[in-house]
Amino acid sequence: MAALAAVRRCRVLLHGAVKSSFRGSPSQPRSYSAGRLSVQERIERKRQAALVGGGQKRIDAQHGRGKLTARERVALLLDPDSFVEYDAFVEHRCSDFGMEADHNKFPGDSVVTGQGRINGRLVYVFSQDFTVFGGSLSGAHAQKICKIMDQAMLVGAPVIGLNDSGGARIQEGVESLAGYADIFLRNVMASGVVPQISLIMGPCAGGAVYSPALTDFTFMVKDTSYLFITGPDVVKSVTNEDVTQEELGGAKTHTAVSGVAHKAFENDIDALLNLREFFNFLPLSNKDPSPVTECHDPSDRLVPGLDTLVPLESTKAYDMLDVIHSIVDERDFFEIMPNYAKNIVVGFARMNGRTVGIVGNQPKVASGESKAPIRYQHLISKLYYCCLDINSSVKGARFVRFCDAFNVPIITFVDVPGFLPGTAQEYGGIIRHGAKLLYAFAEATVPKITIITRKAYGGAYDVMSSKHLRGDVNYAWPSAEVAVMGAKGAVQIIFRGKNNQADAEAEYVEKFANPFPAAVRGFVDDIVVPSTTRRRICRDLEVLATKKQTNPWKKHANVPL
Amino acid sequence: MAAYRISPALQRVLHAVKHAAFRSRCCIIVSRAQYSTVYDHNEKTFDKILIANRGEIACRVMKTCKKMGIKTVAVHSDVDANAVHVKMADEAVCVGPAPTSKSYLNMDAIMNAIRQTGAQAVHPGYGFLSENKEFAKRLAAEGVSFIGPDTHAIQAMGDKIESKLIAKAAKVNTIPGFDGVVKDADEAVRIANEIGYPVMIKASAGGGGKGMRIAWNDEETREGFRFSSQEAASSFGDDRLLIEKFIDNPRHIEIQVLADKHGNALWLNERECSIQRRNQKVVEEAPSTFLDPETRRAMGEQAVSLAKAVNYSSAGTVEFLVDSRKNFYFLEMNTRLQVEHPITECITGLDLVQQMIRIAKGFPLQHTQAEIPINGWAIESRVYAEDPYKSFGLPSIGRLSQYQEPLNLHNVRVDSGIEEGSDISIYYDPMISKLVTYGATRAEALKKMEDALDNYVIRGVTHNIPLLREIIVHPRFISGDISTKFLPEVYPEGFKGHQLTATGRKELLATAASLFVAAQLRAQKFLGDLRVSNTQQERRSWELCVELEKGVHMLGVSRSGFMTFILKVEIDGDKLEVSSDWNLASPLLTVTLNGIHRTLQCLSRNAAGEISLQYLGTTFKLRVLSKLAAALSVHMPEKVPEDTSSILRSPMPGTVVAVSVKAGDTVAEGQEICVIEAMKMQNSMTAAKTAKVRSVHCKPGETVGEGDLLVELE
Repeated sequence: MAALAAVRRCRVLLHGAVKSSFRGSPSQPRSYSAGRLSVQERIERKRQAALVGGGQKRIDAQHGRGKLTARERVALLLDPDSFVEYDAFVEHRCSDFGMEADHNKFPGDSVVTGQGRINGRLVYVFSQDFTVFGGSLSGAHAQKICKIMDQAMLVGAPVIGLNDSGGARIQEGVESLAGYADIFLRNVMASGVVPQISLIMGPCAGGAVYSPALTDFTFMVKDTSYLFITGPDVVKSVTNEDVTQEELGGAKTHTAVSGVAHKAFENDIDALLNLREFFNFLPLSNKDPSPVTECHDPSDRLVPGLDTLVPLESTKAYDMLDVIHSIVDERDFFEIMPNYAKNIVVGFARMNGRTVGIVGNQPKVASGESKAPIRYQHLISKLYYCCLDINSSVKGARFVRFCDAFNVPIITFVDVPGFLPGTAQEYGGIIRHGAKLLYAFAEATVPKITIITRKAYGGAYDVMSSKHLRGDVNYAWPSAEVAVMGAKGAVQIIFRGKNNQADAEAEYVEKFANPFPAAVRGFVDDIVVPSTTRRRICRDLEVLATKKQTNPWKKHANVPL
Repeated sequence: MAAYRISPALQRVLHAVKHAAFRSRCCIIVSRAQYSTVYDHNEKTFDKILIANRGEIACRVMKTCKKMGIKTVAVHSDVDANAVHVKMADEAVCVGPAPTSKSYLNMDAIMNAIRQTGAQAVHPGYGFLSENKEFAKRLAAEGVSFIGPDTHAIQAMGDKIESKLIAKAAKVNTIPGFDGVVKDADEAVRIANEIGYPVMIKASAGGGGKGMRIAWNDEETREGFRFSSQEAASSFGDDRLLIEKFIDNPRHIEIQVLADKHGNALWLNERECSIQRRNQKVVEEAPSTFLDPETRRAMGEQAVSLAKAVNYSSAGTVEFLVDSRKNFYFLEMNTRLQVEHPITECITGLDLVQQMIRIAKGFPLQHTQAEIPINGWAIESRVYAEDPYKSFGLPSIGRLSQYQEPLNLHNVRVDSGIEEGSDISIYYDPMISKLVTYGATRAEALKKMEDALDNYVIRGVTHNIPLLREIIVHPRFISGDISTKFLPEVYPEGFKGHQLTATGRKELLATAASLFVAAQLRAQKFLGDLRVSNTQQERRSWELCVELEKGVHMLGVSRSGFMTFILKVEIDGDKLEVSSDWNLASPLLTVTLNGIHRTLQCLSRNAAGEISLQYLGTTFKLRVLSKLAAALSVHMPEKVPEDTSSILRSPMPGTVVAVSVKAGDTVAEGQEICVIEAMKMQNSMTAAKTAKVRSVHCKPGETVGEGDLLVELE
């Protein structure tokens, strides 16, 4: 009965998600007055009211859009019965535009916050409630989020944000903006202290986008989530571009074109279940070690298929994902940004149960492929397959820095013929962006294991977690070629204009297109049989588990942004 | 009553004991299944043999060479440089680029390889140069032994028309209505009408079923003529054709013969090869359930008399069509080692490759006809990289990301030339292996085949195990009621995979739910992590919702005691006990469901609860969700799949041979749009609806991958 009453009481007329005026229905007078109810009853009624958020009608509307409610999401994300809610009684404090009316007050306001467990491990969660004022951010809403973030920092536990908000609570004006800034500050303070994950499950526009952008990982739900600074209407009025919400800021745009989001999932359920899986890879804080789970895959398993994987022809492609899948535990690889800058592969996996970060050049994909229009694709020479370019450098750098911040060992598979040449890259600042990846590998103090599977040419060789950047264990497969550049180019420079180019090329290949030049100098620690790579890495990680290395004291480093 | 109940733990112990006893019994059978032939090292044959082939048959020949103490030379194309047969050989020579016409059919390069390595003899395997009289001649000219019959026999039997004349003369039953060489489509139609429909059209020079087409009317004859002559020209460089009466409802039974250079010949019993798709064999067995001793003897004696008529030496196969009244007709003689020779080896104990090598060196046969036994029963399944759901098998390609042969089982023989990491490419035959099982009885061999198929791990390419697994348990197959039309008759709508029974469905659901729970339990096991909750109760029961083939089932799963490997599952009031070691890394999933052992394979499992299980050969997609997630999933939006009727995609990787339309053309439903050639087979791609062609995305000579866009309709 109480619940029904609450539902009725919460039934408000809202026109659209973030419309500025909220009028109460005159036909719904308050059915009780505070004085006539006991405190116990009031607690109960408020609690019940908090559970239904904006009321059944809005819940139905939310479901109608193919989305779950804030509480349903939390229930799916966390272990059953583990959610401990905070601030269910918090209400907004706005008294303008009729907001002070009782029917415009919702216990808990437009966000559900608290802590719980994912597979037994602690996590702090906020879940924006689109059924209450379109999930808009009020001062109270921001305050609730800040509270759990503060506590997450105190105890050292990750924060997961489930974003579904129309934006600022316009009625509250600057209070709402202040709220955003409070959250941004905490995002920045928590960065590198506890993992922060954003899952965009509805609209997220304007200033609101910067909170997800500051977190470590941003995931999206296909077709029902959007991220943009300004919506299609404003875009039309300013630049006269016709663009749909989906094209402007949908999951596809951000996972394949802009690189803002790290992965997209089919729907709410798919996303939340995947998030649980993803969470298991992460340490709880920068003070915790990389987690180790029970593993059924033998650490000394040989991978015979790797011995023949790298093609004999050095320009021929192969799939680095085949290498990664066959080496890691149970072929379980959680790829980050699988559709963006596909010429580099990054993601999480486990070796003998321990979480590791994997970085690998992808010889299967041409650099700059996502940028070049289809009709120019054939111009991209085979030589430039798996080159480092702007996007792949940035993608790799961000991932490496996350791993380093959270004690996750990094395993790097190298097959890189260099940085991608061309005006597009130079004008775009490949020097500045390439430096990010170099910087990230150089500053990382976590265990670093590098395997050169084929090419490691030029500056890109240095960048890819080389011995010179404090690689702990650097291996070469017999197919490795460590050189300044490919034979053809090198010979053209060394013997400029002289005859016998072919002979010179053959000599160069004989001298440099093999792992020996690097091995004799100790730049690779060993030349390993590919099929034994998994066994070697597992043993090395065991040895390196106690590695301790610190960088010189500094206020903070100055990464080339 | 309760006093007699055996605890589950004890049951397992008892089972293990029974299993052990069974194994030891198998060992005795194994000793019978092995070659009874003695490898006599004093019998000097050759020092070094070159094997002019690739894949499983090259490996097969090398195995015997090693047993006989003969050094081996492999030839290979450049893409095969890392192939198993190359690694297995003592020496290897590259004979050219990937296309077979430039490598494995490149006689000059192979002759060079022979000179370079000093090989004294060549084993040609099957296919490629095995029935090429030119090759045999060139070898003879250089004094190199050809391990096979002499040129005369190859020539006589290689020509379909001449072979039938010789057969007739040797008093071998031949097919009625047999005629001659065909010049053009009109002549083909005239001949076909003379014989009377249905007729069969194929390349004169072609072996096996390749290029063979059946026509029921004039139009089909013209089409058959066109395709067969094209294929004949491209595969054999000889566009002669053969048209003959097609026998309805026939069985394909062949007799293995073995003849030496001293006029001795033996018949080594029959092989039943009736299970075919597109005239290519899929499942073979020896002996045949259909033959009585008299028919077997009559067929054997005719086969031997044919062999003698052409002075045959080496191993050869005489193929017969057998009708329902046990009348048999000579079809052709294959003057080489057949693909399916292992089943004959299993029941006779002879190593045919060894016999071929001995005979080539001039040694007489070691056995008399009376000494040729039929010991037990052998079944061979041809495991192909192909999709059985598309016309019983369209080729697929890919990299074998995981590969594990069921050699842990006794009485299983796997002849293969690939390993984990190998590529199945568009250039060669898509056969992965020949899986042979053996038993004292047919039932035993069939049961073993079920186990072997269940334990066979192939990942990375689509394979035909679903079809093989269904054939061997089909009541018609088990009763022996088969013909070459078995597949189209049993699956008139095309192969759809295993159809679940009520019990099977429950087993599958219970396994998926248990696997889900096992994975959930493991996800909570963090080693040495002090921050995992101590206050949270470990879960003991789950309410799950499992989706299978559009049906949704509620299941209750509970743990008994502290043992995580035994789970109790309740489905629709039925209770199942599921136990397993729940090794989530192993590709094989061995479970015991209410005491019944099953080997399933978990092909994939993801966070969203989607699980792919291979059960009884067929892959089933399931989705396991918690009760809460299932209840909420009703709100999830339906995703609309792409409309495919106006898009023509390549069903397999291959080469575009011809494009019959251009943008702007109007095509009728069923009209040919283009022809894709894959694995030497031409496939006509037709329009799914009547429409105008919007754009054409392929041109002749181009290679296309599976799923590549070919033509778009409006």
